Amino acid sequence: MTVFLLRRLLQAAAVVLVMSLLVFLGVYAIGDPVEILISPEADQIERERAIKALGLDLPLWQQYLVFLGNALRGDLGRSFVFNEPALRLILDRMPATLELAVGATILALLIGLPLGLYAGLRPHSPVSKGILAGSILGFSLPTFWVGLMLIMVFAVQLGWLPSTGRGETVTVLGMRWSFLTRDGLAHMIMPMVNLSLFKISLIIRLTRAGVRETMLMDYVKFARAKGLSPARITLVHVFKNILIPVVTVVGLEFGGTIAFSVVTESVFAWPGMGKLIIDSINVLDRPVMVAYLMVIVLMFITINLVVDITYSVLDPRVRLEGK
Amino acid sequence: MPPTLEVRNLRTHFFTRAGVVKAVDDVSFAVDRGKVLGLVGESGSGKSVTGFSILGLVDPPGRIAGGSILFQGQDLAGLSEEEMRRLRGNRIAMIFQDPMMTLNPVLRIDTQMIETVLAHAKVSREEARQRARDALGQVGIPSPEERLRAYPHQFSGGMRQRVAIAIALLHKPDLIVADEPTTALDVTIQGQILAEAQKLCAESGTALIWITHDLSVVAGLADDIAVMYAGKVVEEGPVTQVLDAPLHPYTVGLIGSVPSRNHRGEPLRQIPGMTPSLLNLPAGCAFRARCPRAEARCAEPPPMAEYRPGRFARCIHPYEEAAAA
Repeated sequence: MTVFLLRRLLQAAAVVLVMSLLVFLGVYAIGDPVEILISPEADQIERERAIKALGLDLPLWQQYLVFLGNALRGDLGRSFVFNEPALRLILDRMPATLELAVGATILALLIGLPLGLYAGLRPHSPVSKGILAGSILGFSLPTFWVGLMLIMVFAVQLGWLPSTGRGETVTVLGMRWSFLTRDGLAHMIMPMVNLSLFKISLIIRLTRAGVRETMLMDYVKFARAKGLSPARITLVHVFKNILIPVVTVVGLEFGGTIAFSVVTESVFAWPGMGKLIIDSINVLDRPVMVAYLMVIVLMFITINLVVDITYSVLDPRVRLEGK
Repeated sequence: MPPTLEVRNLRTHFFTRAGVVKAVDDVSFAVDRGKVLGLVGESGSGKSVTGFSILGLVDPPGRIAGGSILFQGQDLAGLSEEEMRRLRGNRIAMIFQDPMMTLNPVLRIDTQMIETVLAHAKVSREEARQRARDALGQVGIPSPEERLRAYPHQFSGGMRQRVAIAIALLHKPDLIVADEPTTALDVTIQGQILAEAQKLCAESGTALIWITHDLSVVAGLADDIAVMYAGKVVEEGPVTQVLDAPLHPYTVGLIGSVPSRNHRGEPLRQIPGMTPSLLNLPAGCAFRARCPRAEARCAEPPPMAEYRPGRFARCIHPYEEAAAA
């Protein structure tokens, strides 16, 4: 296990290094921030002073080395726009995105697993066919449209739920959280539902396929031959086996939600990381873009590690030997 | 006292879109305390479905379409699912063919054994664990206490089958249905398991139905034998008599197909043709297309008849002499 973790850590470091290079080059290729950041009325001397202050006069490889050196000291640069450390800017927004993503994932599991289980156990019942048809809708309706519809119905017409912002927040561990207040929770509901719709469909389909496959296995028939109750067979023998693919996909989806919940955050004006990155791309705020992508890379590495460790807990045949 | 199990005119049919598959069609046999019945046939002859029918484990679109399964005089075909569940693993146990597949790969052996104890007995977990350990010891698994904490993948195939047998023995059942339990194992392991099965039946009075396609297994183990072909029992009787002097041409063919030292150098004998599709069985005797003795009269379905005392065959012109030699 220790060997496995150590190996993983080294791999992670390599991935981060390669990723930083790619991100840096990619962002460099997108465009020159000078045109956007410096007012067109500025004269040549002012322009050059600004370029020098931002470090944009150095050749690319030197810029990269400077960035790398600073990054090792935990400094991912200052935002051109906000003139604040890019990392702090991102970490400020992180709790908002995090609570939304965690909420959406939990919601998806709570709804998706039971529905998928039911649809898998009774594949021919009309209810199962309804669940399946619903999951197709969940897959194919565009997120922004569902978001707008939610706002139209629950905020505009019924007036039950607030449509924008995070609402009231409390500070815990130096970060602001919405889910701990009634008002904040009310603000969370719609974006959370919006984000989880796709995930619910995905989990329903995965669970259903897993259940149908597992029910045909000899060990399920043997469990029945032992005289176990149907509940025990479903909840212990079948469920533990289908969790393995579900964990993989939920892990990846969770990372994806944190990194790319841009659409939902924009529709509900949720001040999370997704909105920050879109705004930064618009004004070519390079340090924020780079820092953001680095944070996301680290996050994916962590999630994958957690998924791997969960595997070894769920499936005794998986051994973490780092080979 | 009624026999432990008596199957009468059992019909298990599968109602598929392509038609009705008569996997088991009018099967009767009986097995008594401490006796072993060998249920023999090719793949698709309906022997496994017969086994599953006894335990009530036939899944839709299949169902028991007729006949009765009398277990200690009680008809199992009329029992509710919950009543059936209380018998399964308790009074009637089953052992499956592939030991690599019958144990759940993600659950420890102790979990899988203790849950079986607790499904039928109101005892503490400690007591259940004790029983599981004893059962493992009984089937010859060394250091059972340690092995209880292992997962199935840490056992060899033979050991896994022993665990499955230990699970079947947990409640000292009156009847065990063993569906080709040694087919996937090495010959040496097969021999050990057969010896233990025999000992077990003799000691505890458990009735045993041993489903197999391997006549040599049945020869050493069973008291009686029932040969199945295309969903029907075609020959039935005491094992030595049937193997020495088979009546039905199919049994003769089966025995002839076993490679033997006495025919070294000769090409192996075989039954020509294939098992017919159960979807559209020919009228009359299902074996007649492959039968060397077939004649016009075989187009009428032959009845099961007693040709010698205790010797039944479903054939209108059985071999009267010892034809298999």
